[in-house]
Amino acid sequence: MKPKHQRLVLALVAFVALIGAGFIAAAALKEEASYFYTPATMAKAKIEPGKAIRLGGMVQKGSIVRGADGVSITFIVQDRDATQKVAYRGITPDLFVEGSGVVADGRLGPDGVFVADSLLAKHDENYVPKELADIDMNTAEHTKDTLSK
Amino acid sequence: MIAETGLAALWLAAAMALLQLVGGLTLLRGEGKLTPLIKPAALVQGALCVVSFASLMWLFYVTDLSVLLVASNSHIDKPLIFKLAGTWGNHEGSMLLWVSVLSLSGAAIALLEKRIDTRTLNATLAVQAFVALGFFAFLLFSSNPFERLVPAPVEGAGLNPLLQDIGLAFHPPTLYIGYVGLSVAFSFAVAAMLTRQVGPAFARAMRPWVLGAWIFLTVGITAGSYWAYYELGWGGWWFWDPVENASLMPWLAATALLHSVSVLATRNALRAWTIMLALVAFAMSMAGTFLVRSGILTSVHAFAVDPERGSFILALMLMYTSLAFLVFATRIGTVKQGEPFQIVSREGGIVANNIFLSVILAIVLIGTLYPLAAEAMGDKISVGPPYFNKATAPIALLLMVALLLGPMLRWRRDDLKRHKYWLVGFFAISLWTGVAIWRFVPGVGIFPILGLALSLALAVAAWVPLKGRKLLRTPLPVFGMVIAHFGLAVSVFGMAAESGFSRETLTALAPGESAKVADWQVKLDDVRPVVGDNWVAIEGQLIARKGGKKFTLRPQSRQFYRPEQQTSEAALLTRWNGQLYAVIAQPDENGDGRWQVRLWWKPFVTFIWFGGLLVALGGAIALLGRMFRRPKKPAVNKWARV
Repeated sequence: MKPKHQRLVLALVAFVALIGAGFIAAAALKEEASYFYTPATMAKAKIEPGKAIRLGGMVQKGSIVRGADGVSITFIVQDRDATQKVAYRGITPDLFVEGSGVVADGRLGPDGVFVADSLLAKHDENYVPKELADIDMNTAEHTKDTLSK
Repeated sequence: MIAETGLAALWLAAAMALLQLVGGLTLLRGEGKLTPLIKPAALVQGALCVVSFASLMWLFYVTDLSVLLVASNSHIDKPLIFKLAGTWGNHEGSMLLWVSVLSLSGAAIALLEKRIDTRTLNATLAVQAFVALGFFAFLLFSSNPFERLVPAPVEGAGLNPLLQDIGLAFHPPTLYIGYVGLSVAFSFAVAAMLTRQVGPAFARAMRPWVLGAWIFLTVGITAGSYWAYYELGWGGWWFWDPVENASLMPWLAATALLHSVSVLATRNALRAWTIMLALVAFAMSMAGTFLVRSGILTSVHAFAVDPERGSFILALMLMYTSLAFLVFATRIGTVKQGEPFQIVSREGGIVANNIFLSVILAIVLIGTLYPLAAEAMGDKISVGPPYFNKATAPIALLLMVALLLGPMLRWRRDDLKRHKYWLVGFFAISLWTGVAIWRFVPGVGIFPILGLALSLALAVAAWVPLKGRKLLRTPLPVFGMVIAHFGLAVSVFGMAAESGFSRETLTALAPGESAKVADWQVKLDDVRPVVGDNWVAIEGQLIARKGGKKFTLRPQSRQFYRPEQQTSEAALLTRWNGQLYAVIAQPDENGDGRWQVRLWWKPFVTFIWFGGLLVALGGAIALLGRMFRRPKKPAVNKWARV
């Protein structure tokens, strides 16, 4: 290669590499991106059992049932219009309580129960998962807004 | 009064930044009357920011509840260290910290930088002030940290207990210094394009800043990863959370920049390339700040959801990035091509490094932003670890292959035949390790096997550049490079071992009962209540036994009062070859006297963070070497034909 063209060659190599990155990303996204549902949208969309999805909503008050082995739980996630039963095995996150927001990663089982691999509860005192902002019925008492009123 | 002083200092600092910017604009048409003022203005701006930040810290120290920010984030009962850390543990305070670090680094350039010509220096300060100005506006118009609250509440709301941790005191400031250090590289790059000084002298002036920023980012990411590991109690050390990605992306760009800037400094090649990376690195810092601060993402870290602030930062980011790329597009034609090199050469190796890092960066960026783009079109999508692991791991392994060879190549041109024994040796180590694991340990995935194999080869290859050198006369930066590359090998070894060989047991135990994880026999001995400053907890006493040795672990599940929240404090037993990780949960309501216990054995997991610290140490050694060895004058002139 002539030294004169080196810059051009480098620019081309970089360009091709970035296109390649785009293809890798697109291929991986096609397989691995999981869609977010609330119980209501989940009921409408017919979801195949076994497909990885993400379910968000509020934990219904009084719905948490602990299993006999001491490490399994089931609970009901709700939004304004619908509910969905969720099963989970593991220690629930620190901020997971009845009436608070939760996002569960997992898949729908053949029996219609959503099997969660992981649970995400709200983290910051000012923070409610964005997907849940409009269905939050029990915001923390200590947010800035309440203080400034 | 203190709050008003802080606010006034902030306004004055903004005025100083404006003065610098105007001075810089007159500079474009040759020396102006304002030009001599640029340097002093940068110093005063830095001092005013210190006053402003100190004021806020004082307000948190005395818990002045008439200030809204203090009232909503602090509490009279909070331990002192967390009162102080609360200064930057919230949106407004952290933005004030951001802009203060930005101003201080401007002042540091004004004070310390003697390697580049005055014109480029002044232009750099003006660009730096221009960047600062946007963030001053952001603070003053939409996130005033000194806002008063009438009437003042009696005790304050408290700070999220997850954030009441010594990690919090140092993690965000460390990352911010890294982000902001990259703003200096950005300012240098834009200034050098404007004054047409893109060459080795400019690269040498920029290099310590890039190196410094990169060290802080490395330490910040390493510490953040360890914090998430022990504090969240999930047993993982990297979650590909958008906020983690927000710190990883500038690090990837900074790592690429760090390598290419040294090519520009020593070999006067890769000029346009280096400028481009400097712009990308700071764009990633701002993107990171935007992602964290705007609350646009659903994240375990995200703070207040506030569209006004989000669009403000987005507008700033778009303005700075597009202006910088506009300068790049119009000025890059005037930057001549650098010195040529063969593909098989040190430069070629660094180009490979840059390309692989950029590809990883692009994949992470796409995965982080894709959910936003999808949401704009009405779909809610989440992209998690399966995507990131699958798409980035192969590229990261390719990067390691390049790293086996790159550092031992000569500048300009080299011949692979010269290195054939090393190449065969590395191949043999990797192949032997890979086959041995695959043959004798069933069920380990392909990536952990390759990771272990390559990290062992790299652990040897990293030291090769020292071969044939007189150790006492070897420059410090060479030692720095060797240690950093070795640190990477250590870290990758830890990651591969953890992901391939971790064992987990999840069970419910009554006191006296035992569980097994890997070779460990763990007995729940006792559970009792304990009390802390602002929490109560149940504490489990676990007795772990292995090979006749006995250890005690005490995981806790804490209940905080203000705000009311539960957290679990994992207990870690560190051995040289791994960690036993135990978590205990509050008892279930069945009331059968059993406690949920989750145990992990994570082989060599600590290597991940030791490796990260070694990488940062390597950077620090290189930085020391650069700071105490002045460049020789002739070397500067030799290449100064831009």
